[in-house]
Amino acid sequence: MTLKLSDAVKEQDLLAPGHRACLGCAEPTIVRQILHAIEGPVIVASPTGCLEIITTPFPATAWRVPWIHVAFENVASVLSGVETAYRVLRKKGKIADRDITFVAFAGDGATYDIGLQFLSGAMERGHKFVYVCLNNEAYMNTGIQRSSATPLGAWTTTTPVGKGVPGKKHIRKDITGIMVAHNIPYVAQAAPHAWRDLMAKARKAAKADGPSFINVLTPCARGWRYEPGDTMAISRLATETYMWPLFEVEAGKWRLNAMPEKKPVAEWFKSQRRFAHLLWPENKGVLADIQQKIDHDWDVLLKRCG
Amino acid sequence: MAKKGWKKLSPGGLVTEAGSSVEYQTGTWRSWRPVVDRTKCNYCLRCWAYCPDGSVLVEDGRVVGVDLDHCKGCGICACECPQQAITMVEEIKAKLEES
Amino acid sequence: MSHVAEYVQGEAVALEGDFVVAEAMRQINPDVVAAYPITPQTEIVQKFSEFVANGEVDTEFIAVESEFAAMSATIGAAAAGARAMTATCGAGLALMWEMLWCASGMRIPIVMTVVNRSLSAPLNILTDQTDMMASRDTGWLQIYAENHQEAYDNTLQAVRICSHPDIKIPIMAGLAGFVLGHTLGRVEILPDDVVRKFVGEHHQDHPLLDLAHPVTIGAFDHHDNFFEHKRQQWEAFDNALKIIPEIGEEFGRLTGRYYGHVDPYCLDDADLVIVIIGSGAGALRAAIDEMRADGAKVGMLKLRTFRPFPADAVADALRGKKAIAVMDRVTCFGGEGTPTFAEVCQALFTRNIDTKVVNYIYGVGGRDTVPAEFCQVYADLLHVAETGNTAPVRRYLGLRDF
Repeated sequence: MTLKLSDAVKEQDLLAPGHRACLGCAEPTIVRQILHAIEGPVIVASPTGCLEIITTPFPATAWRVPWIHVAFENVASVLSGVETAYRVLRKKGKIADRDITFVAFAGDGATYDIGLQFLSGAMERGHKFVYVCLNNEAYMNTGIQRSSATPLGAWTTTTPVGKGVPGKKHIRKDITGIMVAHNIPYVAQAAPHAWRDLMAKARKAAKADGPSFINVLTPCARGWRYEPGDTMAISRLATETYMWPLFEVEAGKWRLNAMPEKKPVAEWFKSQRRFAHLLWPENKGVLADIQQKIDHDWDVLLKRCG
Repeated sequence: MAKKGWKKLSPGGLVTEAGSSVEYQTGTWRSWRPVVDRTKCNYCLRCWAYCPDGSVLVEDGRVVGVDLDHCKGCGICACECPQQAITMVEEIKAKLEES
Repeated sequence: MSHVAEYVQGEAVALEGDFVVAEAMRQINPDVVAAYPITPQTEIVQKFSEFVANGEVDTEFIAVESEFAAMSATIGAAAAGARAMTATCGAGLALMWEMLWCASGMRIPIVMTVVNRSLSAPLNILTDQTDMMASRDTGWLQIYAENHQEAYDNTLQAVRICSHPDIKIPIMAGLAGFVLGHTLGRVEILPDDVVRKFVGEHHQDHPLLDLAHPVTIGAFDHHDNFFEHKRQQWEAFDNALKIIPEIGEEFGRLTGRYYGHVDPYCLDDADLVIVIIGSGAGALRAAIDEMRADGAKVGMLKLRTFRPFPADAVADALRGKKAIAVMDRVTCFGGEGTPTFAEVCQALFTRNIDTKVVNYIYGVGGRDTVPAEFCQVYADLLHVAETGNTAPVRRYLGLRDF
């Protein structure tokens, strides 16, 4: 069934309004899109992070689906347990014999860093769930500290721009590549401005015969320092500057989903104040290095996608 | 709403009322309010797809307005509308005009 | 205690302690087990994996990648509505420490066997009770076994205790690593259908998998609700004080083996008492028999329940005694005495029971304690009773103190 917004709009949002997200936060947008895309009942798990905090201040909840949170590092293990219980109880006839899609919505901190072990274990064991990384490229909920998803050169509170140190010194961890290396049926990169692409990927992931992983770029007005209304424009710019290519890997086969007309990375850096220092004359070399790296990574990606 | 004592409180962080966040009016956060010119709207529904707060009201596939109880006035809808059908006006002005 | 006409006869077998627990788990047939191997618990998960592979249980076994993942997955499965069990010890229990608080705070009933092992460093894989004792604050119920039979019986009762509607707290059932876990002991195993009937069907209020009633499990608290949520946990502990002996009584009527919070031995006419937890009670029992044969008025109070601490039962048992030695098989630091000693003293003091109490640390890191050493404790107690002098408060039994 083709994804149409005119169909999706007929179904109630499974994430209710009244949550405490900042203005222009992409997280609830992404959650809304994904929950509309997935057919059939859904059960969600989140680790500690922005999404969990904004949606569940006791005694209120924004979730209209069953939802569980335990701690920061272990959403993949928790969901492994939930998914296993579901299979067992369904087999025993103790719950209805119907398909349920399990979805984790987790930040980059919980995914790339403190939760990497748990994610890897769950993927290796082949639990059937969709793991969505809401990647805002830092530990945003605790006040914009760096994660291993933070891009090279970015300002964060733990990679500040100091005398002679232009922000984060290390490149991003290639979590999407790590997930591909786990040989799971479906891995993808997506972004919220490309709603049709994101929703199609969510639907595909839900149907995968095993674990799936979608890394979704999640622009954050507070942490990236831009005007809230520009969230989707920023998302678009990320794909146009090749900072965030949209692609998918289905059973090990790579496919590029968008080949936009290339914009120089300086455009990306102009759009957010977390990169403002990279436009200073003294950092021209850093900027050039980053452009070179992006170009190289794009070539590698093109080759992989054949 | 009076807070419950320990004897009546739902144990362990369990919430049984799904979607109860709707009671909290995030619309009070607004400094800017989106105003939809329905004559310009071509029903692409991108505003609905992009709204973080699910506050774009749609009836029969047409945008009919904004949920002012919850819209935070982030301006994504205004920024993204391909028809420029949405403008952000200052909340204070909009409120004055209402009264 | 009233005796019913017939107790269920179990089949007497010789089994390693770990296999006893595995057998109990086989009979309970939980929905999900998520566990990570750690010496000396490994035999449990290995044996249980065999049951799974042979289709002798309906359990899904998740071979997780760490103990943290084990408790996380167990919490997830139990919150979903499954009967979930796990096992660990020592460093494994330490690794899942954050999760212990989550399981109890979320009021998730889980049965976890802890094959008591010391905590590094230095690395030591042998038995003492530091792992469970150091997690006594985490909001879990804690019971200990003296021998193989108790390990079996405790596992069965634990299922009922933790999921009782007035409790809903996860439970740790401890047995000594290697000393019980890897040795053969005589156990009466109940028939499968008797066990099934005793543990009953699993029921979970508000399971995550109930699509018709979508719940949010694990919302966060501001300062306005956290205290009230914690007060509820205290209530559950107070209820457990009452309910653990009730379930022990029910088990006794079934099997002839009655359980409560404490197990007194030769206490009635004893002036001097040694308080102990776990397998050391076996050696102490032998020592007491020897000493009594020589006319000593000595007795033992074995604690089965440590959490909730059975203060009334302990105080009642020790009222009127002249001197008490509290044995602690732990490396818990910084107090004037160690945990069991501290809690026994508190129970006595708040009930205005005036007596003399001293603290012995023994058997740590797998060090064996022989009956002769307990006789030394008795000799010390005689001196304490005579002179009224309790110094030093903290003593070390079996230490090369030079």
